[in-house]
Amino acid sequence: MAETLLDIRGLKTWFKTDDGMVRAVDGVDLHIDRGETVGVVGESGCGKTVTARSVLKLIDMPPGRFEAGQILWQGRDLIPLDQDEMNKIRAREIAIVFQEPMTSLNPVYTVGDQIAEVIALHQKLNRKQAMDGAAEMLRLVNIPNAQRRVHDYPHQFSGGMRQRVMIAMALSCQPKLLIADEPTTALDVTIQAQILELMQEMKERFGMAILLITHAMGVVAETCQRVTVMYAGKVVEEAPVKALFGDPRHPYTQGLIRSIPRVDRAARHKERLEAIPGTVPSLLEPPPGCRFAARCRYVSEICVRDMPPLKEVGPGHYVRCVL
Amino acid sequence: MPGLTPASLSAEAPPAAAAAPVETRRKARFSPWHESWRRFRRHKLAVASGVVLLLIVAAIIIGPLLWRLPINEIDFTAKLQGPSWAHPLGTDDLGQDVLARLLYGGRISLAVGLAAMLVAITVGVLVGALAGMSSGHLDAVLMWLADLFLSLPQLPLLLLLIYLFRDALKTAFGPEGGVFVLIVVVIGGLRWMPAARLVRAQFLSLREKEFVEAARALGASKPRQVIRHILPNALGPVIVAGTIDVAAAIIAESTLSFLGLGFPPDIPTWGRLLADAKDYLDIAPHWALAAGAAIFLTVLSINFIGDGLRDALDPRSVI
Repeated sequence: MAETLLDIRGLKTWFKTDDGMVRAVDGVDLHIDRGETVGVVGESGCGKTVTARSVLKLIDMPPGRFEAGQILWQGRDLIPLDQDEMNKIRAREIAIVFQEPMTSLNPVYTVGDQIAEVIALHQKLNRKQAMDGAAEMLRLVNIPNAQRRVHDYPHQFSGGMRQRVMIAMALSCQPKLLIADEPTTALDVTIQAQILELMQEMKERFGMAILLITHAMGVVAETCQRVTVMYAGKVVEEAPVKALFGDPRHPYTQGLIRSIPRVDRAARHKERLEAIPGTVPSLLEPPPGCRFAARCRYVSEICVRDMPPLKEVGPGHYVRCVL
Repeated sequence: MPGLTPASLSAEAPPAAAAAPVETRRKARFSPWHESWRRFRRHKLAVASGVVLLLIVAAIIIGPLLWRLPINEIDFTAKLQGPSWAHPLGTDDLGQDVLARLLYGGRISLAVGLAAMLVAITVGVLVGALAGMSSGHLDAVLMWLADLFLSLPQLPLLLLLIYLFRDALKTAFGPEGGVFVLIVVVIGGLRWMPAARLVRAQFLSLREKEFVEAARALGASKPRQVIRHILPNALGPVIVAGTIDVAAAIIAESTLSFLGLGFPPDIPTWGRLLADAKDYLDIAPHWALAAGAAIFLTVLSINFIGDGLRDALDPRSVI
């Protein structure tokens, strides 16, 4: 049994708004072992990003607040820590890469300055050593002419290159866990593949774990060992990647998998892409019962009445459904 | 086989081109400041104004060293003379050389302008940054304060403040230093509001930017986020506001001196020269003209430079 790095237990991150409490994350359990890649999938607005940001405590409080739960990082709960203590964990132990590479770099500094800043912040190094470290990181993420490119400004890099720089920055202190929040969503398909490959390569090199947040099922199938499917702030299914794609049990997961575009079928049979009807429900005072009930094709009376518990249906395969 | 010739030709051409890799990448770094400087240079009026201002600054710094006529020596035999070789800008009612007084007065006027601008910008940036980062009650209170200051009638307030504090400061810093501190603080202290509002607006949008979030996620503390990541991105409009503040402070100092509330009479500033000259406008117009022209040229060129900077520092403008 591998060592558990991160263990999120019953996390509830709620946001106070004028209309009431928005239950963005409503009792999420998630764990990542050392060196593992775990995917979190779901539609926009299902709480993936809030879960990720909660781990690093990047949620603005107020309006956000941790209603309940624990975030255990190597056995230590992060929730009571203040920002100063979190700053010792950020980048050094847990790093994050955001979705938008075009705007995630500060336009007034060279990329080398920005990577060196992170290095100097966490390791007692002088400027020269930090800059050397920055150049080395750029080389590792396969940026050609790294030694010279450290002196370039973000606007001189393309989107894919900037995402490489962001990854270099996130990995510059060799974190044990990299949270990638939709790292490829803003990039075109060929670049996406390169970035995923790079992350895989870096993972092997540094032996870190990856929490990959995405809405692209294809990306998950390619890179993850375990997948957690979220819907409206709840985990609805959790399984090893093979079990999830081979035997999806929750109607929502089945819908997500059916809605993956298949270019070959679309061209040959003029098949229309299947979509899940309806939209994600409001997270404001959600009704009792299954959150997916309103969109589920198998809905029955019991679904609307009670929230189904997460039950084990196979080895490491859990599903929150009465079926 | 004539058909093969073009093919073999074109097949040989690429290796020749590839053999000499084009290594003409310029060494110059394309920093945002270089880019701004490039755009500033295209603004002809601003560049010309920059040259004029440099000449004025050089004149008032070096001038008194070369033009060594005393500024306070009274000689009634030479009073109210027009321009001549001995006195290029003529003399005043006490027979003092106007050029010498103008050059010396420029030092004080410009020093007041710069110092008052620094006070205004420093206070403005501090208040604006605090308001922009805090949001909520503190933001509301600070902006309410800025509105309050903006709605106060400035000149009566200036007069009142100077009347109240002049004597106390004179005893603390000496007659000249005291008035300098008083004027700088009063002018600067009443002009921080535009800078504060600018900085707040910039902060409100910049603090939500992804690169600030990224810096925070990688362990940058709040002060570091503000000083290293937000502030440099907010400086463009502040620099422009600063140039305008210099010009406004020079005018304000001239106004105060004109009203007799500035520096003591034996210290010539441009405003005081103008005030003294006004009674002799009909018999010695050169006197007032010299002082007026100095203020006019300086303020105008600073404003044009500010215009050029605004265009150069605004990333949306394409020149």
